[in-house]
Formats: sequence, C-alpha cells, structure tokens
Amino acid sequence: MEAVVDELPVILGAFWLTVKLTVVSGVISLIWGIVLAAMRVSPLPVLRGAGAVYVNVLRNTPLTLIIVFCGLGLGTVMSVQFSRDDLSLNSFWLSIIGLSAYTSAFVCEVVRSGINTVPLGQAEAARAIGLTFLQTLRLVILPQAVRTVIAPLGSLLNALVKNTTVAAAIGVMEAALRMKNLFDAHGDAIIPIFLGFAAGFVVLTLPLNLLSGRLARRLAVVR
Amino acid sequence: MTERGASVLYDVPGPGARLRNNALTLAFGVVLLLVAYFVWTKFDEKGQWDGKLWQPFLRADTWTELILPGLLNTLVAAAVAAVLALLFGAVFGIARLSDHRWVRIPAAVVVEAFRAVPVLMLIFFAQYGGSLAGLVVTEFAAVVFGLTVYNGSVLAEIVRAGILAVPRGQAEAGSAIGLRKNQVMRLILLPQAVTAMMPAIVSQLVVLLKDTALGFVVAYADLLNAGARVVPANYANLIPSVIVIAAVYIAINLALGYLANWLERRSRRSRKVAADPAAAEAAAGGEVALMR
Repeated sequence: MEAVVDELPVILGAFWLTVKLTVVSGVISLIWGIVLAAMRVSPLPVLRGAGAVYVNVLRNTPLTLIIVFCGLGLGTVMSVQFSRDDLSLNSFWLSIIGLSAYTSAFVCEVVRSGINTVPLGQAEAARAIGLTFLQTLRLVILPQAVRTVIAPLGSLLNALVKNTTVAAAIGVMEAALRMKNLFDAHGDAIIPIFLGFAAGFVVLTLPLNLLSGRLARRLAVVR
Repeated sequence: MTERGASVLYDVPGPGARLRNNALTLAFGVVLLLVAYFVWTKFDEKGQWDGKLWQPFLRADTWTELILPGLLNTLVAAAVAAVLALLFGAVFGIARLSDHRWVRIPAAVVVEAFRAVPVLMLIFFAQYGGSLAGLVVTEFAAVVFGLTVYNGSVLAEIVRAGILAVPRGQAEAGSAIGLRKNQVMRLILLPQAVTAMMPAIVSQLVVLLKDTALGFVVAYADLLNAGARVVPANYANLIPSVIVIAAVYIAINLALGYLANWLERRSRRSRKVAADPAAAEAAAGGEVALMR
C-alpha cells in the first residue's frame, strides 16, 4: 500500500498521459470517422470504395500491429518526426496516429448504422425542398444519426481508453507500461499497485459510461 | 447497407446529376491517386519498394522457418484462450443469473472488474503476480491468462443476454413439466440461447484473435513478433514485413467475419430459434464489441 502512496505522483502522471492520448485521438477519430461515413454513403462509387477498403483493412488489423507500424515503420524507418529532441513526444504523436486510424474505422461503422436508423421520409423531404446531397447529410441526416448512436460512441470511447495502453508497444509511458515499471521497482507490492491502476481505469471509464447513457437519453430523437 | 439503402440519400441521377457525378468521380479519383502517389514516393525515397526487401517473401524458407511458426503460435494461443474464455464466460454468465445472491453478486463483481481493465495490464499482472506466487509464468501463459479473463468476462455478458433473450414461457413450461432448475438451464434455455449467441460469440473470438498480437509487447513468439522482430532482424525490411503480416491477419479475420455473418443469416432464417440473435448481439455492443 505504501508503494502506491509513495508513487502517487508518478501514477497520476501516467494516467494524465492516458487521458491525453484518449482525448486527442478521440477527437481526431470522431471527425475522421464521420468523414469516412459520409464517404461510404455518398453517391460516388469511388468514395464508397475507398471508404470500404479503409474500414475493412483497419478494422481487421490488430491495433498492436498498427501502432508498431506507426512507431517503428513511420517513426524509425520513414523518420517521421514531430519533435527533434523529445523522443517521448515523438512516440506520443505516432501512437495517436495509430489509435486514431484504428478507432475512426469503428466510428465510421457506428455512424453509418445510425444513418440507417433515420427514416426514409426525412431524406425524401430534404430532397423535396431542394437540398443537395451534402446539405441533406449535414443538416438533416447526420444530426439525427449521431444522436441515435451516442451510446455506442460512448462504448467506443470507453474501449479507446483501454486501447491507449497498447501504445506501450512503442514505449509511451502511459498507465500499463508505468505499472510494469513500478512492478520492477517494487517487487513486494505487486498486488496493491495492480489494484491501484485497475481502480484508475474504473475511475476513468465509469463516469464515461454514466455520462454517455445520460446524454443518449437526453438527446434521443423522439419519433 | 445495401445498394438500395444507400440510394435513400439520393435520387436516381438524371442527365445533369450524372454529368456532375462523373465529373466529381474523376476529381476525387485524381485526388485519391495523388494521395496514393504521395505515399508511394515517400516510401520510395527510403527505398522501401526495393526488390531485395520484398524478395524474402517469395522464398519458401522465410515462410516455413520464420512466419508460419509465428502464425502457429498465434493460432494456438487464440485457440487455448478461446476455449478457456468460453468456459469462463459460460460459468460466470450463468452464475450471474443464479437465484442465490451469494453466487450472483461475486460473479457480477468479477465480470465487471475484468471488463474494465485493459488486457495488456492483465498480461503484465499475470507475469509479475505469477512469479510472486512462485510460479514460472511463460509468455504464452501470461497472454492466455489476459485474453481468457478479459474475453471471458465479455462472453459472460453475451451468455447472460442470450439466456435472457429466450422467451420466458420456455423456462416456465420447463418448470411446469417438473424439470429441475439445472435441467431447465441445460435442456431448455442453453440450447436455444447458444444459437442466438453464435454471431456475437464469433465476433468476440475475432477480437480475441486480434488481441493475441498484444503478446508482442511481452515478446511472445507470435505472428506479429515474427513480422516485426524476427523477419526484419534477418532482412532489415520492417515495412514490407509488417505489410505482409497485416495481410495475413486481415485474411484470417475477414474469413472469421464471413463465418459470423453466415451464422447470423442462418440463425435468422431458422424458425427454431426462439431467442432473437439481434438482442444478444445488441447486448454485447454489436459493432462496437469488435473494437475490443
């Protein structure tokens, strides 16, 4: 127990990194995922095809492989750099690329399933008053679609919180890797440290669940 | 979504719209090609399309000596973890439906706790916690432990939802003809629930297979380890190697995905299924469940 108390600043720092990874890649993948969903329902076969290939490739590849590709492939081999001297900043942004690329494929599918729930009449009415495809999507379909999928998007965000631990594969010092280091440093306090980190994840994910459930109910489209 | 569904958002194009669509198709086609060209030249600058980096994959010994053993390890870990997770899921899923509070509540706590913890942390915990208890924990055992308890907890939820989705009358009819509680579960509820749960279970097994790649972090000799450590160590071709390995993963997962779809279509068609497969899948989070 003392080990957890002594190392509390370190533990909180690791969770702060987890939060940063989640928020940044969450925002990026929400935007990119909606763009992908728009591509997949567009009238242009080129865009539909490109969207479908992207989603199917990214969804069926293990996240660890994607992160390793970003960290070692883009980072080391292709020397993609975000900071000249700070290596940890570099791997932070490279893992964000990987997490966003992966998560956006799932966001796309969730949003697309939301679009399917919007009644036919809505799109027909929008067309009848002369809206173009993009206007129909932006003003009529997406606002209703996104509101119906708030709960699944919340579960995605929840999964993303846990998925940020995979960034440990390229040495980002988020919660899981920090926990392993603390295991090495305090061999006698493995169970308290594990429970501490597990509690940290519960603290992060529980409010998220409650909030998304609440939002989903508040914003539900009444039909 | 079907082609018909997609057309909900736009009319059958008239002559003007067809012309515009063709122009836009051309424009976006050019943009996509430019993006592809940009990526291609960037990789080309670093010599990643060099024939000698790709040539190892045309030789049989690269596959038989380096890649296939990794694939075998991945499949073994996935298979063992899948069997154990199914057992774990069945036991805890049914325990959560128990009439006895002292069974129901601990089972709920275990399931909810393990679902909240990332798999990677469970793997690390298995390694360090196991050696604390004086056990020799191999990388294989640690990976299987992490995958089993995490996916087992998710499967427990699927099992619970599947059993709850069987119409009440079934259990009542079972009790009415004098079956015991465990007979009702074994003979009436489970057989019907399993058919309904099949698609959700297979989806979760795809997740499990994908997650075996976490073994890479603890140096388990799996497929990703072969592709990102072993092959590049021999031929210094990390990017080509990771791309080839990704193709292998995608092929396996797509095949499993088609299996899940096929099972779902089949169980939807069959009228013998009393429980609604969609209900069981929705309980597991449907599409979302695939992410983890």
